[in-house]
Amino acid sequence: MSVSAYTAPAPGDAAVIFDGVSKHFAASGKSGAFTALDTVSLSVGRGSITGIIGRSGAGKSTLIRLVNGLEKPTGGTVLVDGVDVGALDEAGLRELRRSVGMIFQHFNLLSSRTVFGNVALPLEIAGMDKQAIEKRVRPLLDLVGLADKHGRYPAELSGGQKQRIGIARALATEPKLLLSDEATSALDPETTQSILELLKRINADLGLTVLLITHEMEVVKAVTSDVAVIDHGRIVERGHTFDVFTHPRHETTRAMLSGLPGSKLPDAVSRGLKPQADDGDRAVVRLTFFGAAAERPLISQLIKSVGAEVNIIAGTIDEIGGRPYGSLVVAYGADAETAGRAERFFTENGLVTEVLGYVA
Amino acid sequence: MSPDLLLRIGSATLDTLYMVAIAGLIGSLIGLPIGIFLATSGKGELFPAPTTNRIVGLIVNAARSTPFIILVVAIIPFTRLITGTSIGTKAAIVPLTIATIPFVARLVEAAIREIDKGLIEAARAMGATPMQIVFKVLLAEARPALTLALTMTIVSLIGYSAMVGAVGGGGLGDLGIRYGYQRFMPDVMLVVVIVLIVLVQLVQSAGDGLARHFDRRSRKN
Repeated sequence: MSVSAYTAPAPGDAAVIFDGVSKHFAASGKSGAFTALDTVSLSVGRGSITGIIGRSGAGKSTLIRLVNGLEKPTGGTVLVDGVDVGALDEAGLRELRRSVGMIFQHFNLLSSRTVFGNVALPLEIAGMDKQAIEKRVRPLLDLVGLADKHGRYPAELSGGQKQRIGIARALATEPKLLLSDEATSALDPETTQSILELLKRINADLGLTVLLITHEMEVVKAVTSDVAVIDHGRIVERGHTFDVFTHPRHETTRAMLSGLPGSKLPDAVSRGLKPQADDGDRAVVRLTFFGAAAERPLISQLIKSVGAEVNIIAGTIDEIGGRPYGSLVVAYGADAETAGRAERFFTENGLVTEVLGYVA
Repeated sequence: MSPDLLLRIGSATLDTLYMVAIAGLIGSLIGLPIGIFLATSGKGELFPAPTTNRIVGLIVNAARSTPFIILVVAIIPFTRLITGTSIGTKAAIVPLTIATIPFVARLVEAAIREIDKGLIEAARAMGATPMQIVFKVLLAEARPALTLALTMTIVSLIGYSAMVGAVGGGGLGDLGIRYGYQRFMPDVMLVVVIVLIVLVQLVQSAGDGLARHFDRRSRKN
């Protein structure tokens, strides 16, 4: 099975286009000069949930801040709905920001305002009158499921509730684009899932484009349709999320994926892993299968056709964007004969394989 | 203690309250915007003006490091220009006000700098103007800290106002010096000190209570 070729959204279908964008920070005080982004080109399809994943310091925070002009690029252009953000003056930027919502890792709610007051803030800033604000805020609190908390203060809410308020606030001005800056990184896994579900629902119901940055593969897997992997200020891999997960091409992507449950090797195995096979060693191979292959009794067929012992070391069956896929790490004899038979079996069955190493 | 003396203590207390109120009000009204400016005009901040920021900072530091009693004497010509005299309660208000301005400015600056930068970023992301950020975010969020700053200002002013007694200003300090010290009437001195202690206590408790009322950062409210 081949990877569906990734075609970037046509300019007319893109909510955001980064075109050769760079950001250099000049040396100041204690910190030396450095390049946060290096000629990044990327387009975000209208109506998509696009994830940008990278380790901390990879440049993703800077990248997302270029979209609403909180940071200015030192090279290249950023287009939001066809508007060149870099060319806008302060008034133009404020206009743009009112049509782009943003949510944050630490929620950034005003402690002095009630839940209602926090959601009303962007509307007050836009100069809306009290009655209209009242009319707009109520349904938003319903949408995020916190209508009963409207008179509470943020300190009285849980992290997940705070982020729901952050989302309601970001949606108040009815934006077409929502930026999410590590919105679930401060939340526990269960709350993370519920916030991600909410984002998915908003994306589907309101047709809102969501651009999110995260360092968690789980987040990318759970909600995004498209993903870009950023490392040291460069986009190293991009594509449909399913393809990137099932056929990671770049080292960084592989490394980040290996942290997912089911992909992680047991410590005892990963410690003993060698790059070269010695006599009598066993090959450790990751198999990724999806589509029709996911429904066949692969393991028993594999054991029959290899004709030798096959150990299962790690495995997971999962779903990305509604498409099931499986990942299995197996070990079998590394001798030429066994390995040859195994490879033939994999090719015949359209399995994607990756040799992770060899163990004694 | 004679009724006459009690009357003097009463009127001296009123004088002190009058000086503190006027100097506190005018000093805060001028000090507040200066403090906001100091907190928001650094490089890359809301109203970037780093050079002016440094100059204003220097002036504020200079004013704060001048001992109050020297300030009182040094600005006598200015005081005379404004009030027509350099002696008495009204004249004392001028140096008290001048001393209050930099004091308030630094406290306000500190209160505003305490606010999480993330809130400013969030407001910018909503399309807020710098002025909207000052009024809707910074001042609103700093309200508990500003209340405490004002409290501290008034407490310091009560202390300073007692000092102007030494140079002919009215109020409790003046009474304490002239009767308690110069005429050696320890009972008057004692009463003056007690009244000052009570005043400071009242102001501090009221300020603390108000600040707690404004503070929504803990679950206790």
